[in-house]
Amino acid sequence: MTYIAKPKLHHPALAPNGLGYLRRDYEGSVSTLCAGCGHDSISAAIIQAAYELDLPPHRVAKLSGIGCSSKTPDYFLGNSHGFNTVHGRMPSVLTGANLANRELIYLGVSGDGDSASIGLGQFAHAIRRGVNMTYIVENNGVYGLTKGQFSATSDRGSKSKRGVVNHDAAIDMVSLALQLGASFVARSFSGDKAQLVPLIKAALRHPGPAFIDTLSPCVQFNNHAGSTKSYDYVREHNEAVNRLDVIADRKPIEVDYEPGTTVSVTQHDGSVLSLHKLADHYDPTDRIAAMAYLAERQAAGEIVTGLLYVDPEPGDLHGALGTSDRPLNSLSDAELVPGQAALDRINAGLR
Amino acid sequence: MSAPLAAINDFVVKFANVNGSGSASANSMFAKAVLRMGVPVAVRNIFPSNIQGLPTWFEVRVTGEGHLGRRGGVDMMVAMNPQTWDRDVAEIEPGGYLFYDSTKPMPPSKFRPDINVIGVPLTAICNAAYTVARERQLFKNIIYVGALAALLGIEIEVIEQLLAEQFEGRERLIKANYDALHMGRDWVKDNMAPLGLQVRRADAVGDRIFIEGNQAAGLGAVYGGATVCAWYPITPSTSLAEAFTSYCQELRVDPESGKANFAIVQAEDEIASIGMVIGAGWNGARAFTCTSGPGVSLMTEFIGLSYFAEIPAVIFDVQRGGPSTGMPTRTQQADLIGAAYASHGDTKHPMLLPMDPGECFTFAAQAFDLADRLQTTVFVMLDLDMGMNEWLTEPFKWDDSRRMDRGKVMTHDELEAGRDFGRYLDVEGDGIPYRTYPGVHPTRGGYFTRGTSRNPYARYSEEGSVYVDNVQRLLRKFETAKSFVPAPELRPASTPTRDGVIYYGSTGPAMHEALGLFERQGRRLDALRIRAFPFSSEVDDFLASHDRIFVVEQNRDAQLRTLLMAENGGDPDRLVPILHFDGTPITARFIVSSITSLMDATQPPGSRPLREAAE
Repeated sequence: MTYIAKPKLHHPALAPNGLGYLRRDYEGSVSTLCAGCGHDSISAAIIQAAYELDLPPHRVAKLSGIGCSSKTPDYFLGNSHGFNTVHGRMPSVLTGANLANRELIYLGVSGDGDSASIGLGQFAHAIRRGVNMTYIVENNGVYGLTKGQFSATSDRGSKSKRGVVNHDAAIDMVSLALQLGASFVARSFSGDKAQLVPLIKAALRHPGPAFIDTLSPCVQFNNHAGSTKSYDYVREHNEAVNRLDVIADRKPIEVDYEPGTTVSVTQHDGSVLSLHKLADHYDPTDRIAAMAYLAERQAAGEIVTGLLYVDPEPGDLHGALGTSDRPLNSLSDAELVPGQAALDRINAGLR
Repeated sequence: MSAPLAAINDFVVKFANVNGSGSASANSMFAKAVLRMGVPVAVRNIFPSNIQGLPTWFEVRVTGEGHLGRRGGVDMMVAMNPQTWDRDVAEIEPGGYLFYDSTKPMPPSKFRPDINVIGVPLTAICNAAYTVARERQLFKNIIYVGALAALLGIEIEVIEQLLAEQFEGRERLIKANYDALHMGRDWVKDNMAPLGLQVRRADAVGDRIFIEGNQAAGLGAVYGGATVCAWYPITPSTSLAEAFTSYCQELRVDPESGKANFAIVQAEDEIASIGMVIGAGWNGARAFTCTSGPGVSLMTEFIGLSYFAEIPAVIFDVQRGGPSTGMPTRTQQADLIGAAYASHGDTKHPMLLPMDPGECFTFAAQAFDLADRLQTTVFVMLDLDMGMNEWLTEPFKWDDSRRMDRGKVMTHDELEAGRDFGRYLDVEGDGIPYRTYPGVHPTRGGYFTRGTSRNPYARYSEEGSVYVDNVQRLLRKFETAKSFVPAPELRPASTPTRDGVIYYGSTGPAMHEALGLFERQGRRLDALRIRAFPFSSEVDDFLASHDRIFVVEQNRDAQLRTLLMAENGGDPDRLVPILHFDGTPITARFIVSSITSLMDATQPPGSRPLREAAE
């Protein structure tokens, strides 16, 4: 949270996107996070994804809870309406906002404290309700703002900066999201922008609950030996199942890979996700297999990343409720207020 | 033996039943039959927090004079529950009547010498006619309605008409119910004479309707333009969300597309409910939740966010007995302070205080205009008594030329024209800033909403002067609210007096009856019914022009009195609390006896709060 606006400078060589916006138009205020914080890389990836997707910045609503990660919506998409809500309750606010206007793109940004501890319930229920949103957890396994306590995603046996060993089991948000019915589930790493940007792009276009667990090392409190969320540890144990290369509109783009190493997923809107396979036989449309694979690799000490699951035909809350195609916040008196004639009928039935 | 009570169109019948026995619809038919004869009734359900098996009571006050408060006392007990027999019999007024199922003989010690016992062999009649257990149970209820009709002079054709309406299209069921009704009636005609208590056809109901406050408020939310409802079930508010749902299905489905012009979510808890309401309000939809005291406790963090970030929200608080889980199925007005100042830090929230279902409807609709206009949470404070009981009320009216007041919203064209937009900038001096709906303009009007301190242009700031300016503006806004909320209603005494009484909410009908009794006794009291918080200037005038004011409330701690002292400088020595808080609805009898004893006492006013003994 800052009051320092960024200078309006950009490199003359930078090109405008399809809407005529520069990458700079998707930036926000100057970050006040620590130098080297993984969260800043995620903000940069969000900016890049929105720029590349030609998203009108004001048509995105960005919402967050409380914590380091939840401060970041101030640092990207400065022309979007943002809402820094209360601790652990972003999912309900996002749900309500989405009900009010189904035409905006909803981006929820949260952290492991915000979503796995105080907000675990709201996280779970927003996912199981099928709210059309992109939900990014910036997962560093630690409470940064309060200086280094374990979070609920800290692995059992991992060590804090002060040398304390965590004795509680970790909550794996990816497994939860899969179990609860998220129709797009990915895990990535703030230090791997090439993997992260396409995942965010695909999630933003996904018309259902899309969840991305993004490991995002805390340089101040969780980047030491003994941590399982440090840059070094994540790099050493990162096992990507696939690499999302392109999202094409209606026609797959040829990618120069060996035959049999690419899998394409055609989504409901006709767009095609083209994935380069890194793990043999991994099918990102098989939810049960994904859950089993994750559990297996996790037990082997690996951090599985990539697009782990996608439902090409997702539903969403508006579909379940049968709400009007027009945003509810745009309906007029004539559509909402039945008038005296209807009251006369109601009165007559109450005598 | 006292002389049998005799009264026409002025008595109380109480039904003692077992929860889940199907008695509720029979009892409500009894009440409606009296109404259809043009005689007003006031009914009260007294029920436990239970689904089946525990005692439940239904009180019908037949009141030709139209007193809609609970009277207190029972002239006739319909004792259908052996579990509560002793206390039910004890409750009957001397000379009153005990109606019971005489199939099984009862020892004389189970009766009272000073009451009239009416034994009708309901089970025997029933068993002779029916073999299926559920039929025996349900039709027994109709049989006693038939018997009571004969005893009390209720026209049988009126009940037949009600049955025909209830089971419209199901001829066999109608016929079966007619038969049961006549079994009871015929038995009484053959064996007994009508009682001293009689219903006589009158014309005292007019075109009034009979409806629960929760249902009225749910309908009011439809008329108020609410499109998003997020709620979590809790007694006694649940039927409000259910009413909104069914009225929306009836009135808000687009006839062409079949799509819903509303979204209703049963959330995982009260916190998520208010979170969704605030998200929807932030995004320009009219949204509400309905709950009771325990839910408001859970919502307080979000209510503070709504206050500070200035986001419209409407909360219906259908109050029940507190604190904690308290008495979930009993009535109180004990959430006033909790709602008025909900959340940490300095916060204040407008509250509307409806008196009856009619005001539940109008205030519900108005709450959405106020929430948009004031950009904050507006409470509508119902209670179990008005929320879950059907009350006689004026028919609903709507001005078709009325339009939703969306408050100060800056449009795309205004932004495009270069109008200065500061989300928390006080442009007109009324403390109310302009807002924009998310997504309105590509480069203007966007801002970051937060619960942290910020400057008029919505930029984060912890600067002391910036903070102070902002929270002082919020006070100005609260001051502005005084002129928007419903004004109090004054009922002056027949001659000038320095004595007054202040009351609100469901106390209204009992108070109005009490005022009539005071006038008859020659006691003069000006009465002010407060209809909203913050209190407008009429309240100040009333406080200033009376030496002694009785403040009548249904809570232990005199919460409205506290608000009058805290917000309007009310003098504690002149504000005399009259408090009723045992969970039953307040009665005119209680008000009259409490105030009379204080007025007759020589002690200075305010020194001894009068409190009601247990039920």
